[in-house]
Amino acid sequence: MDRRRFGQLTALFALGASLPRMALAGEWEAVLAEAQGQTVYWHAWGGDPKINDFIAWVGEQAQAQYGVTLEHVKLASTADAVAQVLAERDAGKTTGGAVDLIWINGENFAAMKAAGLLHGPFAENLPNWPLVDVAGKPAVVTDFTLPTEGFESPWAMAQLVFEYDSARVATPPRSVTALADWAAANPGRFTYPQPPDYLGTTFLKQVLYGVMADPSVLQAPVDEASYAAQVAPLWAYLDALHPNLWRAAQAFPQNEPALGQLLADAEVDIAFAFNPGRASAEIAAGTLPDTVRTVTFDGGTIGNASFVAIPFNATARAGAQVVANLILSPAVQARAQDPAVLGFQTVLNLAALTPEDRARFDALSLGVATLSPAELGPALLEPHASWMTRIAADWVARYGVAQ
Amino acid sequence: MALPVLAGLLGTLIPALDGGFDRLAEWPGLRGAMGLSLVTGFASTGVSLALALLLTAALYGTPAFVRVQRLLAPVLSLPHAAAALGLAFLLAPSGWIARAISPWATGWTVPPDLLTLNDTGGVALILGLVVKEVPFLLLMILSALPQTDAARRMMLCRTLGYGRVRGFALTVLPALYPQLRLPVYAVLAYAMTSVETALILGPTLPPSLSAQVVLWMNAPDLQGRGLAAAGAVVQLVLVIGALLVWRAGEILCRIALPALAQSGRRGLWLDQPLAILARVMGGGLALAMAAALAGLALWSVAGPWQFPDALPDRLTLSTWSRALPDLRDSAVVTLAIAALSTLAALALVLGCLEAEHRFALHPGAGAMWLLYLPLVMPQVAFLPGVQMLALQAGLGGTVLAVALMHLVFVLPYVFLSLSAPFRAWDTRIAAAGATLGAAPARVFWRLRLPMLMAPVLTAAAVGMAVSIGQYLPTLMAGGGRVETVTTAAVALASGGNRRLIGAYGLLQIVLPALGFVLELALPALVWRNRRGMRA
Repeated sequence: MDRRRFGQLTALFALGASLPRMALAGEWEAVLAEAQGQTVYWHAWGGDPKINDFIAWVGEQAQAQYGVTLEHVKLASTADAVAQVLAERDAGKTTGGAVDLIWINGENFAAMKAAGLLHGPFAENLPNWPLVDVAGKPAVVTDFTLPTEGFESPWAMAQLVFEYDSARVATPPRSVTALADWAAANPGRFTYPQPPDYLGTTFLKQVLYGVMADPSVLQAPVDEASYAAQVAPLWAYLDALHPNLWRAAQAFPQNEPALGQLLADAEVDIAFAFNPGRASAEIAAGTLPDTVRTVTFDGGTIGNASFVAIPFNATARAGAQVVANLILSPAVQARAQDPAVLGFQTVLNLAALTPEDRARFDALSLGVATLSPAELGPALLEPHASWMTRIAADWVARYGVAQ
Repeated sequence: MALPVLAGLLGTLIPALDGGFDRLAEWPGLRGAMGLSLVTGFASTGVSLALALLLTAALYGTPAFVRVQRLLAPVLSLPHAAAALGLAFLLAPSGWIARAISPWATGWTVPPDLLTLNDTGGVALILGLVVKEVPFLLLMILSALPQTDAARRMMLCRTLGYGRVRGFALTVLPALYPQLRLPVYAVLAYAMTSVETALILGPTLPPSLSAQVVLWMNAPDLQGRGLAAAGAVVQLVLVIGALLVWRAGEILCRIALPALAQSGRRGLWLDQPLAILARVMGGGLALAMAAALAGLALWSVAGPWQFPDALPDRLTLSTWSRALPDLRDSAVVTLAIAALSTLAALALVLGCLEAEHRFALHPGAGAMWLLYLPLVMPQVAFLPGVQMLALQAGLGGTVLAVALMHLVFVLPYVFLSLSAPFRAWDTRIAAAGATLGAAPARVFWRLRLPMLMAPVLTAAAVGMAVSIGQYLPTLMAGGGRVETVTTAAVALASGGNRRLIGAYGLLQIVLPALGFVLELALPALVWRNRRGMRA
């Protein structure tokens, strides 16, 4: 999407926020009444006990404030929920579906939206929507360059940060070239999750930003004619990097937690994560040594947002909207940003909050390993979703079938 | 039983035909993945069967064999995923073995860069499978052995001067193997199609075919499903081919065995080295499993634990206190589903077998294959289709739907472990009962069932363990709403949190272990004054 259309879009949302509040308030009362007593099945990845505890806490709030029961369906992969909704549609089940709310973004959102599997638009009608920092955090309405158009509601910001053990790495590399040089000097001490894993492919996109002649083409869909030449520097970079990787690139960790475990076990010295507060939270939990610090690249790192979406055949549609709205409340957002809880960055515009609500955020300490917003540096936009699919598939063909 | 499988398969085939096969043929990793499935399947089944038979031949009737029997229950009830994770922590370069000898013996202050897990040859994967399959085959041998008159055959061999192992191979094995055949086939099919173990211990460049199929199913672009379906069909053909090759191997052995017997060699010299080998390998496996379990247990109470410390800095119960409320709920659901499906399976199997006996029916090979279809068929090949059926029947997402789905997998295992001992029961006892005026029903309830208590309990324990261990079927039939200990554990395993995995892994053992403890303890208690009933 070009900048102008993007501007129009944000203007549109600003307009939506200023619609007569009375009418919206009346509608919302009806939603609240309908939600009372409903049970919302929130399908969300269940691999992180900190997130599971947070969702359980949100459930307590939903019950206490709105009489909505929240059940966390712990998934091994978000695609399981997508497949469930797809199977229900194929079976002709257009109401009473098993999934009420999905934690989603990127490819899964693009696939569900394209297949018409989502309910909406609903996000811009939520009472807390005006608090969302649409202007300052454009990723909350643009999911991998795809306009969300109100079909999903943001709840957390993420930005790629590199985690390193300062006891073993004095000066961490701050560009993709410096990273390759560091790996050559310290063979076997860095790796990345195996694409098509989400974080692993994100690393490839970060490399693309660093080695491509003109990274702005990433914002448009892949152009077949020029693709091979555009990505040639990526493969050259990886060809040189792989002999210096952990296990000489004969094995890769399978996902973000597995990479984090390697850092915890001292099998690697540098890892990376999408949650800038992860390292601090893990240090607080005693799973990472307190010498771990985070760093970003000089030219910026990729940033995006996490969303919740409601399937077209959700049983507790009203309850799901109530939960989506609750997650956008300052109290819940501040708790998510607490490094002792999750360390997720908020999607809200702090300037739009009341002084009391802003104080909740000011009271938070960053955590020993978390960078301040200024230190984080610029967040690079996610490339168009077609890049992720394409480079992941090509990676698998080049490196994923080495035997 | 075949109906849901075939209907499910059809539901899978349709997306596969829609361009799935073409794209599969273009996937460059196909040959590697197929080769890996075959190698790990044959190697792990061959090694497991050989080791289980060797342990029996070399140690049957010795105090060591009694110890082996006692060890079976905890190992059998350990879910594959938990066992694999325990082994992974043991063997990794940052694992317990390396920590124990570092840095004082090795000088390692950071873990060495060694490929001990996910090795490209699949050795770690084969080890992970053998550790789980040897106990299963031993259990099957134990429940079949009493019907083979093993003790007297062995004694006869000994009076003729044969060594233990040679004598076992010549006299007991020919009677034992026919009862063991279907369990062995199930092991071969399972080894080729296992997903959790392959994902944790197996190579990843590319992974085995079944693991890759699951990865495709989870691919965010919905196109991956056609590819996954095509892969599942190829996996099925591969399993059938492997079973045929194994069958050919059986025929070769049958030809070779009489030749061995006619040679007249007593093979006494074999006994000592093979007994040592059996003890070393059996002991090694037991030790590895014990260490893997201890590692899981320790992680579940570990505070900070950095390399190269051999033990955690301090112990804490915080993991447990966090897991317990969740666990209590899912444990109740898990046990309810396991009990429902196992009881239904027992009733069906006993009914079938009794009818077979009373009406002198002879189930053909076709009927047997239908029954075992769910075990031989890769789960990924037919579960998506079954999920669709359940949804159309309005059954999705309930405990009942999950129990029904589990029945498809529990029934064959219950039949597997019960049919051979049931049929081998000496029917002259029934004739004697009938001459004393007992109706067939009375013979069944008062003679046959009590005498077969041990195998019935074994079957029930196996059925419970199978139900408790199911992941994919639970997820598919439950629509994610029915959370068992296993679905919770596998979801956690994807997050790699060793402390919680340790807690859930241990608790996953406790539930099925109860069944196996009863299975071993109850007959010993009831038959304490019936020497002939003790195997």
